[in-house]
Amino acid sequence: MTLLRSPIKQAILLSLFTAALSSTAAYAVEVNFVSGAVGKDIELFKKLVKPWEAKTGNTVKVVPMPSSTNDQFAQYRLWLSAGNADVDVYQTDVIWAPQLADQFVDLTEATKDVIKDHFPSIVESQTVDGKLVAMPLFTDAPALYYRKDLLEKYGASVPKTWEELTTTAKKVQEGERAAGNKDLWGFVWQGNAYEGLTCNALEWVKSFGGGQIVEADGNISINNPKAAAALDLAKSWVNTISPPGVLSYGEEEARGVWQTGNAVFMRNWPYAYGLGNEDDSKVKGKFDVTTLPTGGGHDKSAATLGGWNLAVSKYGKNQKEALDLVKFLASKETQKENALKGSKLPTIMSLYDDADIKEKQPIIPRWKDVFLQAVPRPSAPTKVKYNEVSSKFWSAVHETLSDEGTADENLEVLEADLTELKGKGW
Amino acid sequence: MTPTHVVSPSDKAELQSQRKRAALLFLVPMLAALVLVAAYPLFRSIYFSFTDTSLTNLYGGQWVGFDNYLSWRTLPSGRTIYRGTLVDQAWWNAVWNTVRFAVVSVSLEAFFGMMVALVLNAEFKGRGLVRAAILIPWAIPTIVSAKMWSWMLNDQFGIVNDVLMKLGIISQKIAWTANVDTAMLAVLIVDIWKTTPFMALLCLAGLQMIPKDVYEASKIDGVHPVKVFFKITLPLVKPALMVAIIFRMLDALRIFDLIYVLTPNSSSTKTMSIISRENMIEFDKFAYGSAQSTLLFTFIALFVILYIWLGRVDLSGDSK
Repeated sequence: MTLLRSPIKQAILLSLFTAALSSTAAYAVEVNFVSGAVGKDIELFKKLVKPWEAKTGNTVKVVPMPSSTNDQFAQYRLWLSAGNADVDVYQTDVIWAPQLADQFVDLTEATKDVIKDHFPSIVESQTVDGKLVAMPLFTDAPALYYRKDLLEKYGASVPKTWEELTTTAKKVQEGERAAGNKDLWGFVWQGNAYEGLTCNALEWVKSFGGGQIVEADGNISINNPKAAAALDLAKSWVNTISPPGVLSYGEEEARGVWQTGNAVFMRNWPYAYGLGNEDDSKVKGKFDVTTLPTGGGHDKSAATLGGWNLAVSKYGKNQKEALDLVKFLASKETQKENALKGSKLPTIMSLYDDADIKEKQPIIPRWKDVFLQAVPRPSAPTKVKYNEVSSKFWSAVHETLSDEGTADENLEVLEADLTELKGKGW
Repeated sequence: MTPTHVVSPSDKAELQSQRKRAALLFLVPMLAALVLVAAYPLFRSIYFSFTDTSLTNLYGGQWVGFDNYLSWRTLPSGRTIYRGTLVDQAWWNAVWNTVRFAVVSVSLEAFFGMMVALVLNAEFKGRGLVRAAILIPWAIPTIVSAKMWSWMLNDQFGIVNDVLMKLGIISQKIAWTANVDTAMLAVLIVDIWKTTPFMALLCLAGLQMIPKDVYEASKIDGVHPVKVFFKITLPLVKPALMVAIIFRMLDALRIFDLIYVLTPNSSSTKTMSIISRENMIEFDKFAYGSAQSTLLFTFIALFVILYIWLGRVDLSGDSK
């Protein structure tokens, strides 16, 4: 009693108590994680980090960003150049590494024991001048989604070439519309003037044998007849087998048309597979996926290499915890969860032979074929100028598709613009 | 007798200077705030436009003079090539888009705003409610209304196409924001929808300043209502209308948010603000974008000076 009554002793007790409180607070930190949100990404992410939060006592606060990669990039670049200390971990697009390399922590040392499990090509894309800028989280390669039921109904086979796709789509669309299904379209893709159109158009051009805009050695190859032929074919889709609004579609808009059962074919990333098979989807169990077609007599199809990685900010307050979180998220166990629950493609090679994944997501082992044909966007050779190259490319393509100048004319201007942008070297 | 206090001239001067000092003292916090939030960023971005600053190297920019605006060199072949914003086609396209957007949207808004104000100025039941209701579009944040409209204008599941199709006005769904021909139209529709209430409110304030007896006199004289509008209402509401127009014009010339959400990358709607941000943030050409925003600032400043000057000339003409 007397012990507690003495004010000095009370004060000592109180200070001890607060000291104890603050020391536990120092161990449990809140790691801020920013990521774009498509579909159910954020819900899934919260489930994925639960074990890590339980193990370390730290919490992860997810800051959701718009789904457009351009919007995310603009915000991240602003934050990073202002030295924002509030964000610890960034989820970065596969093309950003060369542009943001200076602002992120080198992960080489922290991940040296696990990095060899990942696909070397992905690790290489995230390595700038020997520095591992970001840790691969999942990879992405688009595929062609098709409606099994509709193809069967019209006795059509799964198209191997873009030309076949065009005729099949037209046939099914005309047939279905005559039968009263007025809102049905043949083929939906991403035609808005943004990074997604660069991905789509790169696939057309590459699968026609028209190169990959800027080659690995820095040569500008885009102005060639095969590329023009590819763009001409794509232009013929708009307003025939594709809705005129496709020129404003991103991934989610295309999925919107597809998942309400209003498209025969769709070009999209793997995330749409899981969502399309959920209970509220009108196409549940009615569709399948295959590799993207080839065109113009060329024999190899192409899928743009996408994928997301984890980078630790140089300016974050909780770098140690952030590094630990990144290692946890990129680990084999978490990638497996991500594959099972979110149909995300793992970057760890051995997971493609995993029995559970084969059983629950039979699509993933098959995606290995798609992935083997993946073509990188020219972010490595064009370095910090990549965004401008991509913007000029998608603008030229968008103009061609909306009938402002022919493919030949636009590609010639594009080549001249890129040459000027390149100057003495990228 | 009450003693009269004689104010000597020196006392008067003392009082004057005291007042001046007090006024200055009261102004200091405001001036300091203005320097901090307006003048400093402005001059800093003007300074950036004369350097080669990039976002990855914000503090290490070197002075390059007018290179971001215009530079030229002669090649060994004798051909001279020009570089810089002033010869950039994309920039002039943006200038044209901005001017077109500003002129069309502000004139239509002034027209519709005036009509709405005339209706609201009339006496009718529930006028207070209608006045409040009409302000709703103005009260919604632009980002929210732009997103809302982009869903309404969506070609496949947008309500605008659905209604027009059902009414039989269009035979095929229109891709409002994707089509180069309709992108600007879509932006204009949303902007007019959003800012007409603002215009209407300012016009209404002007209308209510007009004394009632002028109207009564015209009624007694039996003047036609149309003539009343052009000879009485319009000239008397003009000062308020001019202020409303200049406010909206300044807003329209720096339009950004609406277009950024609705049609971010369409070259037919890219404005000066949009293109300057694109260069600064996305293309890592911070100095080049700064040069463009400096030009935008000059453009708006010149416009304001011109407008005020022209406005004065007009007024003096009236008073003669």
